Amino acid sequence: MSTAAPELRSPPAGLSVRRPPRQSIASWPLLDRAGYLLCWATGIALCLIAVGIVLYMLIKGISYLRPSLLLESPAPSLQQSKAGGFLDPIEGTFLLTAVAIAIAAPIGVALATWLSEYGQSSRLARAVESAVEIIAGTPSVVLAIFGLLVFSQSFLGFLSQNAADGAVTGQSFLTAGAIMALLALPLIVGAAREGLAQIPDRTREASHALGKTRATTIRHVLLPSIRPNIAEGVVLGMGRVIGDTAIVIILLGGTLKTESESGTPILGLLRGTGSTLTNYVYYNSPAGEGNAHEKAYAAAFVLLMIVLALNFAVTRISGGRGRRVDRTGGSWWRLAGAQGLIRRPQPAAGPES
Amino acid sequence: MIVTVFIKAWPSFQANGLSWFGSGGNVDTQLRAMDEGVALPGHSALYLRAWPLIWGTIITTVPAVLIALAVSTLAAIFITEFAPSPVRGVLEPVVRLLAGVPSVVYGLVGILALAPLISEHLISEGRRKSVSYVVQLEGADLLLAIVILAIMITPIMIALIAGALASVPPSWKEGSAALGVNRWRTIVRVSLRTARPAIVAATVLATARALGEAIMLSMVSGSRGFAANPLDGFTFLFEPVRPLAATIVQESAGLTIGPMSHTLYAMAAVLLLSAAMLSFAGWAAKQPLKRYGIRA
Repeated sequence: MSTAAPELRSPPAGLSVRRPPRQSIASWPLLDRAGYLLCWATGIALCLIAVGIVLYMLIKGISYLRPSLLLESPAPSLQQSKAGGFLDPIEGTFLLTAVAIAIAAPIGVALATWLSEYGQSSRLARAVESAVEIIAGTPSVVLAIFGLLVFSQSFLGFLSQNAADGAVTGQSFLTAGAIMALLALPLIVGAAREGLAQIPDRTREASHALGKTRATTIRHVLLPSIRPNIAEGVVLGMGRVIGDTAIVIILLGGTLKTESESGTPILGLLRGTGSTLTNYVYYNSPAGEGNAHEKAYAAAFVLLMIVLALNFAVTRISGGRGRRVDRTGGSWWRLAGAQGLIRRPQPAAGPES
Repeated sequence: MIVTVFIKAWPSFQANGLSWFGSGGNVDTQLRAMDEGVALPGHSALYLRAWPLIWGTIITTVPAVLIALAVSTLAAIFITEFAPSPVRGVLEPVVRLLAGVPSVVYGLVGILALAPLISEHLISEGRRKSVSYVVQLEGADLLLAIVILAIMITPIMIALIAGALASVPPSWKEGSAALGVNRWRTIVRVSLRTARPAIVAATVLATARALGEAIMLSMVSGSRGFAANPLDGFTFLFEPVRPLAATIVQESAGLTIGPMSHTLYAMAAVLLLSAAMLSFAGWAAKQPLKRYGIRA
């Protein structure tokens, strides 16, 4: 070992050690450098596309947006000046979202709790799990026409608007909201389950040790502590509901004005048909019947603003939890989960947390 | 749900047999006949040859997914490995934003901003004339559908791939670097190989998303039941198409008419089956991912 010592001395003058310059990109083989440049190019292109879309919508939206558009109801008229604004679609958007979330949130949280706390190994739980996944993967058009099939059964007629001859159309805020709830459900279930999985077992054990039953533990310990997760799931679900068009066209009737069914005021409204912003944009695009570009741009701008606000809300809600795991791509997994695709592989809730 | 849709779809399959999936005649005419409740002469009310629609779905989905796969892999590498942290701080919200934009907005940008551009600058008069006896080229076409579809599914693929790349244990990459392998090769040989299940899963899930995309495609694809022909050379890219999901939305007004509704449910059944198969494939593909979960 003593022979090693002299080698540690610096080399004699005139004999410099040449380190291979591995770190500098200029030394890489040509192919590798091309790949590196390609990476930069795609990154920048991505930014440009996003900036392009947002700026384009911003410029078009602001230049066509008038306060009157926001405050007037749409009217069926060929003259654009008389065709009114999109007050009803905005109301419809909020109403439909409220209905969908009111249905999806309790069911979603209950389902997540049951799956995580009670159904660990049961076969039924596995079946429910894959059912939720299939729903998440089903195209919304298919969900929509499935909904139409179900809700136009005559015994469900009390949920929707009925045609003059008594036929059940299956189209109303309630039915559309129920199918929209299916769209939001996987997101809420996913977010809530993620939250439950992060709670270490000792929390549950401590609660049991204090003599609380399983149900009280869930009600008073677990659910309050996953509140941010539930909120995140709900907001993500809202984003999904607001952005969807196919269900609105097929199940909400796509009547421009909110038309309530006669009868009791609130129930009548819920049984009535209407439209949302997405539907309004579609209607006024060249593909739809209205074909009024200015209005389509203005409505799309409002829609985009709502989506941006929701995005911001999600970042705020999940921001506090994001920092800790950022180095292992936590935020990316969360985005993937937000799209209803895949949840982060669950870290074992070990004693370190 | 699957059972109900299939029951409702059965008459259409029954009437047409396996040639439901075949080609023959003009699918637009067939659908219109159904809409008006008048059977085409010599055929049953349910007569349909859906091949142009299926073909439309395939030729929009496959290229879009391939483009998105290349772009998102490169972008994910860029984000996790090369981007300086301020750039990374910008890119993350950008991807989030692109993922959150409703499809109808993409469709609007496509049809109102990009379609005229394509129509004016990319389609020459000669090209327009060369196919004018079968179809008109109007800017809303296959190319636009593919591009916008690719933009729509890229963010979700980036999210999955970047997540997986970031979860690769740093010690593995350090080991490779210690052996004198440069960074690019390390990424390709170590990180990408580790993240391969995630890339497969991302591709499968994005394909499912692309299959079901209806609104955007019904806006930008030109909506002519025309089986675009790859033999037409570049003109192929400018021919209109009509995917299955878009057709369902467009014809949804006819859902109350018997034959039409059976037909549309048959289309939905095809979509549902492909989506279910894809989600099973996605489930299978993401099983190996669980290995990395422990290290998160």
